[in-house]
Amino acid sequence: EPLGLGREALPEEIAAWDVDVMPDGTGLPEGSGDVASGEGLFQEKCAACHGDFAEGLDNWPALAGGEDTLDHKDPVKTVGSYWPHLSTLWDYVHRSMPFGQAQILTPDETYAITAYILYSNYLVDEDFVLSDRNFSEIEMPNAGGFIVDDRPETEYPVFTAEPCMRDCKESVEITMHASVFDVTPTDPADKDKTDPVSKTEEPLPDPELIAAGEKLFAKCKACHMIGEGAKNRVGPVLNGTLGREAGTRDGYKYSPAMIESGITWTEENLRAFLADPKGFLPGNKMSFPGVKSSGDIEAIIAYLRAQP
Amino acid sequence: QDGPDPLITEVQDWARYTGAGVDETPYGLPIRFESDVIRRNVPWLTADPISSINFTPIHALDGTITPAGCAFERHHSGAIELAKPDYRLMINGLVDRPLVFTYADLERFPRQSGVYFCECAANSGMEWAGAQLNGSQFTHGMIHNMEYVGVPLKTLLAEAGIRPEGKWLYVEGADASSNGRSIPLEKALDDCMVAFKANGEALRKEHGYPVRLVVPGWEGNLWIKWLRRIEVTPGPVESREETSKYTDTLDNGISRKWTWVMDAKSVVTAPSPQVPVRHGKGPLVITGLAWSGRGAITRVDVSTDGGRNWRTARLAALGQRMAMTRFWLDHLWDGEEMLLQSRAMDETGYVQPTKDALREIRGENSVYHNNGIQTWWVRKDGSAENVEIS
Repeated sequence: EPLGLGREALPEEIAAWDVDVMPDGTGLPEGSGDVASGEGLFQEKCAACHGDFAEGLDNWPALAGGEDTLDHKDPVKTVGSYWPHLSTLWDYVHRSMPFGQAQILTPDETYAITAYILYSNYLVDEDFVLSDRNFSEIEMPNAGGFIVDDRPETEYPVFTAEPCMRDCKESVEITMHASVFDVTPTDPADKDKTDPVSKTEEPLPDPELIAAGEKLFAKCKACHMIGEGAKNRVGPVLNGTLGREAGTRDGYKYSPAMIESGITWTEENLRAFLADPKGFLPGNKMSFPGVKSSGDIEAIIAYLRAQP
Repeated sequence: QDGPDPLITEVQDWARYTGAGVDETPYGLPIRFESDVIRRNVPWLTADPISSINFTPIHALDGTITPAGCAFERHHSGAIELAKPDYRLMINGLVDRPLVFTYADLERFPRQSGVYFCECAANSGMEWAGAQLNGSQFTHGMIHNMEYVGVPLKTLLAEAGIRPEGKWLYVEGADASSNGRSIPLEKALDDCMVAFKANGEALRKEHGYPVRLVVPGWEGNLWIKWLRRIEVTPGPVESREETSKYTDTLDNGISRKWTWVMDAKSVVTAPSPQVPVRHGKGPLVITGLAWSGRGAITRVDVSTDGGRNWRTARLAALGQRMAMTRFWLDHLWDGEEMLLQSRAMDETGYVQPTKDALREIRGENSVYHNNGIQTWWVRKDGSAENVEIS
């Protein structure tokens, strides 16, 4: 018997949250996008992690390639080589990508990026246009590559027998040692002993301000990494930003506007940039509206300064 | 020992001066001497800690309940802060009445509680091709075991009224990844729970505050955190998390899907690479954990000679369904090398297989669901290493 708790979900609310797309295309909105515009969008919004050709950078997923590797050692699982349904790609790009900026893509942009990823897997031609109308015509190469969990038939009978307790085998030899790979992370306590933290000579700014800046930096983390081991992501690494020439971080794909700006990241420039990124440097890639409070900006700059 | 122990004969500071007052740490933390008992990350596993996993320090724990503060975390777009007043749970799709609940609404439904393990399907996944990581924390630490309180999922579904065409659920979270997964209705109506408390306290941020889904015995990826929407559907959505990930590729290139159940598994947590034997020969407590997604653990055997001979360990308590069980073997160590193993059995009669037995059926590319028997090589000096044996 219902308790009468909760309230009716309004159609607008359901429309806002119910965006999933089923394998048969149910749930797709009207729209279309072509490979060429998809390529441009991909360079701008996806390539920082997935590479210009969807080949994947560092540990970020490759989206293309890997054909005929599934029965090899270390198979390369990409959209082309592994994903069984195109709906999954459209749904995931539209719902959860770009990483750190989910749900900014319009349906047309999503169709275009999906088309480009299909193209990068040699599944469509360069003049292909994907839309809600031809969506279900695309067959993914590995669509037939899945079976429903068969452990109840293939494993459970084999692994259900009274186990041996005495003299179960004649001899035992060690065949492999984890120490050979040597991939276990070092215990932080051990590291402290061998690698004492060096004290910097120069006094750092107010630790409270830095701590406040670190908290505020949470917003930036969606796109930027900072600190030890930081890598370029949607945005460039921000270690040692103060005093650095803009647009010069190795391996990061900057907008032409940033490369050609000729500015140095002085406190003054950072203040102006953080307050209004698009206004300060039109055409740059940072899609962040800016920090309103000047106190917050000072805290973020203090934090950046403390990350040499 | 040379003479009397000064820790006994001399008055120590803690016996003379006063300690901390009651309000020094209003919400407690472990004493500083335990600062090495923490979740640890394996940086090379993932591209970025925002979409990554860390590991429960199971080597340093005893009993069965995992303290929330060191229970592993797995996020796909980072752990978000979602306040109770901002929380909404929608049930829509093939229902008579699409509904929206607030957090306060959820607290008005009849509650239930249950202790369940939550294991990432990738736990021990790095060990498919052979022994890689030294420490039970790293080989088996993608697991925690907590006591949950919440509302049975079937109660909430009944409130909305499932239509006859509804066969599956699609569940998703409020974070940027949303981590949507499909669950067959049968499981949802059986034992799933919409939980808001764990180990007596509110869920921690990293475990889905204020509300997460509990799917007893099934892989952790289904335990949606920051649960925001439940859609009753005619079939599975086949989302990213249930096709491109969390599917298990066999030797022949064909992949198993819908491998939701976590099979029976166990591991000796101590001695182990992070917990060497420091006391030399004599009485030694060998301890570990066992669990099964198909029911209760009924027996755990332990071998000190690489599986030639086995002894049945003592269970700390009767196994509970889909919950961790602690075992102890009170061993008299002769100071010689040991090849330590444990082997779990559950109420279905399933016996935890060797890694080679699993590889024979699946090959080495499955990534997920590696529940093979773990071997620690304990040397004469008491140090231990992760090895594979014949």
